[in-house]
Amino acid sequence: MSVEPEYDKRSDTYTTGHEWDGIKELDTPLPRWWLWTFFACIIWAIGYWIVMPAWPLVHSYTKGVLGHSQRDAVTAELKKVKAARSIYAKKLLSTKLNAIESNPKLLEFAMADGEAAFRNNCTACHGSGAAGSKGYPNLNDDDWLWGGTLKDILETITVGVRSSSDDTRLSDMPAFLTDQILDRQQISAVAKYVRSLSNPAVRVPKGAAGIFQDNCAACHGETAHGNIEYGAPNLSDAIWLYGSDQKTVETTISYSRKGVMPTWGGRLDPATIRSLAVYVHSLGGGK
Amino acid sequence: MTTEPLDCGPPGRGSDAPHRHVERANVEAVNKQASHSLYAAQKKIYPKRAKGTFRTIKWWVMIVTLGIYYLSPWIRWHRGPGIPDQAILMDIAHNRFYFFSLEIWPQEVYYIAGLLILAAIALFLVTSAFGRVWCGYTCPQTVWVDLFLMVERFFEGDRNARLRLDKARWSWSKLARKTAKHVTWLTIAVLTGGAWVLYMNDAPTLIKQLVELEAPLTTYFWIMVLTGTTYILGGIAREQVCTYMCPWPRIQGVMMDEDTLAVMYKYDRGEPRGSHKENDSWDNRGDCIDCHQCIVVCPMGIDIRDGFQLECIQCSLCIDACDEVMTKIGRPKGLIGYDSMTNFARREKGLSQKRHIVRPRTLFYAILVILISGAILYGLTHRSTLELNILRDRNPLFVQLSSGDIRNGYTIKILNKTHQSQRYSLSISGLPHYRIKVEGVKDRTAAGLPIITVNKDGLRAVKIYITIPKAELGSNSMAIAITVKNLKGTASDRNVTTFKGPET
Repeated sequence: MSVEPEYDKRSDTYTTGHEWDGIKELDTPLPRWWLWTFFACIIWAIGYWIVMPAWPLVHSYTKGVLGHSQRDAVTAELKKVKAARSIYAKKLLSTKLNAIESNPKLLEFAMADGEAAFRNNCTACHGSGAAGSKGYPNLNDDDWLWGGTLKDILETITVGVRSSSDDTRLSDMPAFLTDQILDRQQISAVAKYVRSLSNPAVRVPKGAAGIFQDNCAACHGETAHGNIEYGAPNLSDAIWLYGSDQKTVETTISYSRKGVMPTWGGRLDPATIRSLAVYVHSLGGGK
Repeated sequence: MTTEPLDCGPPGRGSDAPHRHVERANVEAVNKQASHSLYAAQKKIYPKRAKGTFRTIKWWVMIVTLGIYYLSPWIRWHRGPGIPDQAILMDIAHNRFYFFSLEIWPQEVYYIAGLLILAAIALFLVTSAFGRVWCGYTCPQTVWVDLFLMVERFFEGDRNARLRLDKARWSWSKLARKTAKHVTWLTIAVLTGGAWVLYMNDAPTLIKQLVELEAPLTTYFWIMVLTGTTYILGGIAREQVCTYMCPWPRIQGVMMDEDTLAVMYKYDRGEPRGSHKENDSWDNRGDCIDCHQCIVVCPMGIDIRDGFQLECIQCSLCIDACDEVMTKIGRPKGLIGYDSMTNFARREKGLSQKRHIVRPRTLFYAILVILISGAILYGLTHRSTLELNILRDRNPLFVQLSSGDIRNGYTIKILNKTHQSQRYSLSISGLPHYRIKVEGVKDRTAAGLPIITVNKDGLRAVKIYITIPKAELGSNSMAIAITVKNLKGTASDRNVTTFKGPET
């Protein structure tokens, strides 16, 4: 509420004329030095406009006489970081793969570098926690299609799987139905056989083991333990890349699966790939 | 009130007579320049030196507080080789705070939070019991202004001499006095900033670096900042800080009540005031002889006789000034003194005065102070030299291995707060059978528990993997606990987490 300003005798001051529930506000003068600090701020601001980037223009902005630019500062900073990192990157390349883990400083660098590279390049398929999903292997477990040693992992990352690289990892399981090698009944039977290896509850039809030995054992092995030389999965364990139910296994046998991982050899520098191998190897399943 | 319509008439019909129909009022604009300015200039205050009990107390408080501030970084405290031997040290570079036998890690910043809360409540307690004693005696602003005033008096003389000097024309003598004062102020200011940075660094080393111009730039920066604030706030701004910048005078009003002791002018005894001749009678008049000595000694430049005021820091110097006058004129001391509103009312009713310091409000604050300081003391005396933190893997929550077993991953952080390298065994409870793998650790105890070595005064983060057969998974989330224990068995810490698996 606004009323006429009135003179307050006790404080020798007028009120502002504002009143709330009977409480009036004295119009006490501001200390003059306070005013000077405002002026000082204004002068400072003008100086700031002159020396620092300040005003937006239509296509650009006023640059200021100091020529300060946050973008340049960041670029310079990044350059510095890169230079600092290059020392470790060189060391990473000159150190034997198996010796990296016993050098704490180098391991720390490789882990940080590898994690960052993983986040940027690998999470799209393998997931941010490297837990994978259907068709994309979980990198935390101890099951490896192409081997789980540091050397194997490094090679897989470098050349990829069914990639455009000439040296790519390549496994070529036939599509047993499309290629007319087995009929649906045989496929159903052998699927049950394969599933029974890790799930005793599955009942195996007669002759299924024979179908397996004739058609599958060449790559997957007589005991179905797989072979990392050909990228043939272990069929006797609890881990299934595409799923362990009857229908999924039948589909896999009928049409084969042709999962692809790109080659990273040409895209990432060798040091980063080494870091990635160390990082993936550390996720818990490394051999 | 009726007002006739204005009759201004067409221009040019001039006459010397005033317009008869225009209403006139005897009023002025409230913001008229002559009567009202938007800004008030600082009125320079020339406090006179007081003598008496409270002035003596204030000298001692100044000696003790400044002594603590300037000298405590020099106290040495032997902690062992490789550890700073400065009793009070804020080792920012190494993330440690040392206070005599205490050593606090950044993780234990709650001790400092507790200390700040304790300080605040102790301040509330003192304020509700005795008013603004913090402001009047121990606030750094008060202490440094007092010191700066002492310097001013040394070079320019007491109040009257200073008044004369400021009015006098510039002369070599005046220039010399003023220069000496400001140089001394600046020296004190530099020492104040210099002492500040000693709390963050080893004092003897830093002093050597400072002198040889080899100290870090930030150190010089902080010295400059504190030099500037000390000089400006202590020498120039002075009472303006308390009146305009400090929020505390406004806040503490809520801690005071009618029983709070405060420096007050006993108007019931002093009024009616007036000048008094040596042989005049004291009948029908008050004891205040209106000598203004209470005003001239006041560092805030106010009149205590105007009653309770925001500006009054309750430094008690007016008590000393008034007591001196009362002694001279042969009246009892204490016309100005520590008093409470209750006593004014009691005297009016003819009752005896009393000090009512123990009352619910002060008791409440006192209990809080005891509780908080008890909690801090308990924490500090029972402070563990070992701490375990567990970060459970969330992505993935669990991993199924080719054998069907379930594996969970955890990152554990072990803090070794001792100054010796320590070996800790790691055990799990809540799982009947488990396999444990600690990345980068091969040592095992006789019982097969992994042994993790942590450097002295250090933190080690290790990745651990716990694996159990799927058949032993009781539910999809089992409560487990991880315990680390040093091999000597003198320290251990335990923390709970979960072991997760697929829906069973």
